[in-house]
Amino acid sequence: MTNENIIRIDDPVLSVQDLTVSYDKVPAVKNVTVDFKKNAVTAIMGPSGCGKSTLLRAFNRMHELYENIEITGKILMKEVDIMKMPTINVRRRMGMVFQRPNPFPTMSIYDNVISGYKLNGIHLKKSEKDEIVERSLNDVALWDEVKDSLTKKGTFLSGGQQQRLCIARALAFNPEIILLDEPTSALDPIATSKIEDLVVKLKENYTIIMVTHNMSQAARISDYSLFMYLGELVEYDKTKIMFTNPKDRRTEEYLTGKFG
Amino acid sequence: MERNHQLLQADHSKPRLLKEKFFMGVVVFFSVLTISPIILIIYKLIEKGIKQINFDFLFHSTPDSFEAMTAVAAGEHIPGGIANGITGTLLMVLMAAIIAIPIGLIAGIYLYDNPRKKLANLVRDVADILQGVPSIVLGLISYLWIVRYVTHGFSALAGSVSLSIMMLPMIVRSTEETLKMIPGTIKEAALALGVPYHKVILRVLIPTAFSGLMTGILLGISRVIGETAPLMLTALGSNAINWDASKPTSAIPLLIWEFYNNPNMVDMIWSSSLLLMGIVLLFNLVSKQVAAKRK
Repeated sequence: MTNENIIRIDDPVLSVQDLTVSYDKVPAVKNVTVDFKKNAVTAIMGPSGCGKSTLLRAFNRMHELYENIEITGKILMKEVDIMKMPTINVRRRMGMVFQRPNPFPTMSIYDNVISGYKLNGIHLKKSEKDEIVERSLNDVALWDEVKDSLTKKGTFLSGGQQQRLCIARALAFNPEIILLDEPTSALDPIATSKIEDLVVKLKENYTIIMVTHNMSQAARISDYSLFMYLGELVEYDKTKIMFTNPKDRRTEEYLTGKFG
Repeated sequence: MERNHQLLQADHSKPRLLKEKFFMGVVVFFSVLTISPIILIIYKLIEKGIKQINFDFLFHSTPDSFEAMTAVAAGEHIPGGIANGITGTLLMVLMAAIIAIPIGLIAGIYLYDNPRKKLANLVRDVADILQGVPSIVLGLISYLWIVRYVTHGFSALAGSVSLSIMMLPMIVRSTEETLKMIPGTIKEAALALGVPYHKVILRVLIPTAFSGLMTGILLGISRVIGETAPLMLTALGSNAINWDASKPTSAIPLLIWEFYNNPNMVDMIWSSSLLLMGIVLLFNLVSKQVAAKRK
């Protein structure tokens, strides 16, 4: 299936081929084929229920949590099908951040950052742990704010700080890709703009795929945009091109606010 | 216009205020009525029981009837105490908890994890039914299983089995309800880090729910600590301190019943009841503290 509204990417970091995801035999994502560019921010847009979150969750196999879900097609990470990799390896290489900040309430800020290692039973020396915590918190510009209160509970922080802590937790594993599922939808404007700045900075070292229903956010920070509608991938292009010159009528109507 | 306004105020505010005061009075009256039994009980127990509570009472076994009779005749305190009952209650409740807690936690986790499965619905219904089974019937069941076939005689083990069946449904349901209250996003966070499912439950969900699980367990314990009927059919009672699970054993509520049936020992009823009441209240208060802590 070829579609001229979907651009191809050379040497993609993640390649999705003819992916269909169905809940109870009802497809939520239909025959999506798309490649993701390394060290870029790609935004997945679309109205509610268009399958954007389902698509994102398939990338690190979070869809497996639900019952009666069927998946066909391939998701390749550097030529390797992630369906054939152990889940822990997939999820270590693709960190995920959710809509609502969800630090572990029983753990300190420090333990939250290295929780991926702790919970998986991976032993680290104290010096290694300290280094990972400092690097990850520095990456999310939180180190200076919390370095004197690392033993306090993660839930003690403000909403925006908690969300940056959750990003730090994902970064601690040194993933290649970071999946963000509407990471700012529960935050105030100031916290949102901090996260947006952070996302732009993080693409130097990571590939970022972000679901958003906020079009101006996609326009501000993404390099590539993907528009989905009723489970189909309608259009995929550089963000600048899509926002100035959308090729599909549905994309144009969504971007101009005729539905959404 | 202004007169109208005054009229409105004059005509309506007074009866309304009276009505409000009346209903406030009714509410306060019934609230006080609700707590008055517990205050009366505690007052009576302290008044009649405190004089018998001393070192001997806590650390010596029950005297025989003759000793008690001579002491009463001479106008002295009854010698001895209820150490055999205290240790028996400790032994049996501890064993009951050791049996019921792991089974209850595992069943509760299963219910939380598979809310709609047929087996889960069955387990949930059975737990609810079990909560309504009269405790003496549980004593009978334990008599049939344990007294007759396992220990071949009345025993602490049989007593704890009947108590553990009583605790079980409370722990199962409180575990399920507590786990349900944890936001699903916490579970997702752990799974997204590649943590295997069993570790998510053991190392994330259970620690997060810890105080809730403790509350359920403590309330379960305080519920069975005063049980008498099932122990009559299973543990029987004993005048000596016994730590052997296969031997007949006493318990504080069993002793209260024995004292009641023995005219020479009536004084000991009050002190034993006071102690039992104190222990139950302590468990309730501690579980309230634990529950408050998680907020």
